Amino acid sequence: MAQKIAIKIVDLKKRFDEGKWITDGVSLEIPEGEMTVIVGRSGEGKSVLLKQVIGLLEPDSGEVIVDGVDITKLPADQLDEHYKKMGYVFQFAALLDSLNVSQNIGITLLENGVSPEDALLVIKEKLKLVNLEEDTLPQFPSELSGGMRKRVGLARTLVTNPTIILYDEPTTGLDPITTHVIHELMYDMQKKLKITSVVISHDLELFKYADKVALLHLGKIRYFGDAKTVWESDNPYIYQFIRGLTEGPIGQEIAHAKDKF
Amino acid sequence: MITRFIDSIGSRTLNISEKTGRFSLFLFHAIRVAFTTRLKVVKTFEAMNRIGVESFTIVVLTGTFSGMVFALQSYIGFQRVGGEQFIGAVVGLGMIRELGPVLTGLMVTGRAGSAIAAEIGTMRITEQVDALTTLRINVFQYLIVPRIIASTLIVPCLAVFSMIFGVAGGYVICVHVLELSPEDYMSSIRAYGEVSDIRGGLMKAAVFGFILSWVGTYKGYYTSGGARGVGIATTQAVVLASIMILISNYFLTKVLESL
Repeated sequence: MAQKIAIKIVDLKKRFDEGKWITDGVSLEIPEGEMTVIVGRSGEGKSVLLKQVIGLLEPDSGEVIVDGVDITKLPADQLDEHYKKMGYVFQFAALLDSLNVSQNIGITLLENGVSPEDALLVIKEKLKLVNLEEDTLPQFPSELSGGMRKRVGLARTLVTNPTIILYDEPTTGLDPITTHVIHELMYDMQKKLKITSVVISHDLELFKYADKVALLHLGKIRYFGDAKTVWESDNPYIYQFIRGLTEGPIGQEIAHAKDKF
Repeated sequence: MITRFIDSIGSRTLNISEKTGRFSLFLFHAIRVAFTTRLKVVKTFEAMNRIGVESFTIVVLTGTFSGMVFALQSYIGFQRVGGEQFIGAVVGLGMIRELGPVLTGLMVTGRAGSAIAAEIGTMRITEQVDALTTLRINVFQYLIVPRIIASTLIVPCLAVFSMIFGVAGGYVICVHVLELSPEDYMSSIRAYGEVSDIRGGLMKAAVFGFILSWVGTYKGYYTSGGARGVGIATTQAVVLASIMILISNYFLTKVLESL
């Protein structure tokens, strides 16, 4: 049986200020209910790709098809309904620093008129899902460790019950133990809630939990395959990347796409 | 050489047009959101507290000392022509029609306009604004509109205190330093002052409150480039809002005069 596709990206192109193409015709099919990891060197435009999928950046051309609808062509008033299916976990969690943990997790409920009592029930449920204690609820983001912030960020995303979650380097800056805990958590979430996960990461440990791996280089997907067989692949790009070799088709130059936005 | 010169004029014109367009569209969008979505009342009151209550001391101080120096300078001039009895009217009209609203606008711009730009700018560079967007929370309804409405409402209230303390400062100088008659000071204000002066001053203050929050939220919203970008946005917010306040003051005076 053919696997269902959650997100189909077709020839997606984006550049800033008439500069070089950051995504130069990315085409990728993200399978439903699985975890797809997108790897690539720093500054290759992985975040730019993900932000186009969630609608934070408008692509110059190409399509992002979710449930048979190209969401890049949808009128603004229909976009919200579509994007409700998607959640986004930011690299540094992006918690609102003026709100405490409880208010951060429940912000979508509280802003949509749900009573604080009803919201608290959902907040506690999501907090439990990310393995945090209730005594963190009154704390402010500045009082939390990096790992806790990421977990709160994930809990905040889970409140909207998304079917697709996009993770932007979820373990950057974390120690190896916390990184492992976050990976386990993401894996659990995906299995428990049947969520489609798209993860940008440099962490090869994630391959243990992932179903698919894609490699982005110079604005294009150079490799897409099974995570279980990635170490056996003879694709020159992924072979060089996962072994950290300096010789190969991926040059040693460091791109600076991130500085452009 | 000539081609390059024309090119540079063209690109600058395009750049200015783009920025002006974006600045105007930002306002139109904020107005549309203000009229089509529910106002976040709690956030508006929080913003009024931050913009108004926390600016109170500096507004009162600048108002008082401006009234005092205004009285002193007026005395030097009027003494030469024997018109000391008009000092009250000059200080009163000056504070109520001009100095009260303008000084309040400028001080609140420095105190709160910069804070608005820095706060929203920091939220922008730390992806908090993007987080709101991905959570499908209307950023204009949540961040922008409450601040603009709060500032437009609270700056006239602050201007009232600036006017009162300015007139009182002038009174203290006239009566206790220059030893002029207190009756002359008060009666000349009553004789030459009109309710329309107060109304005009408050209308100006409301416009200044609107301008400083519009510029502050706009500069914050479009911040880029990390901590340096926040610094630039904050400085630009203060400079642009101050210039706009001073320029609009002239046109407001002309318009209010003809009403």
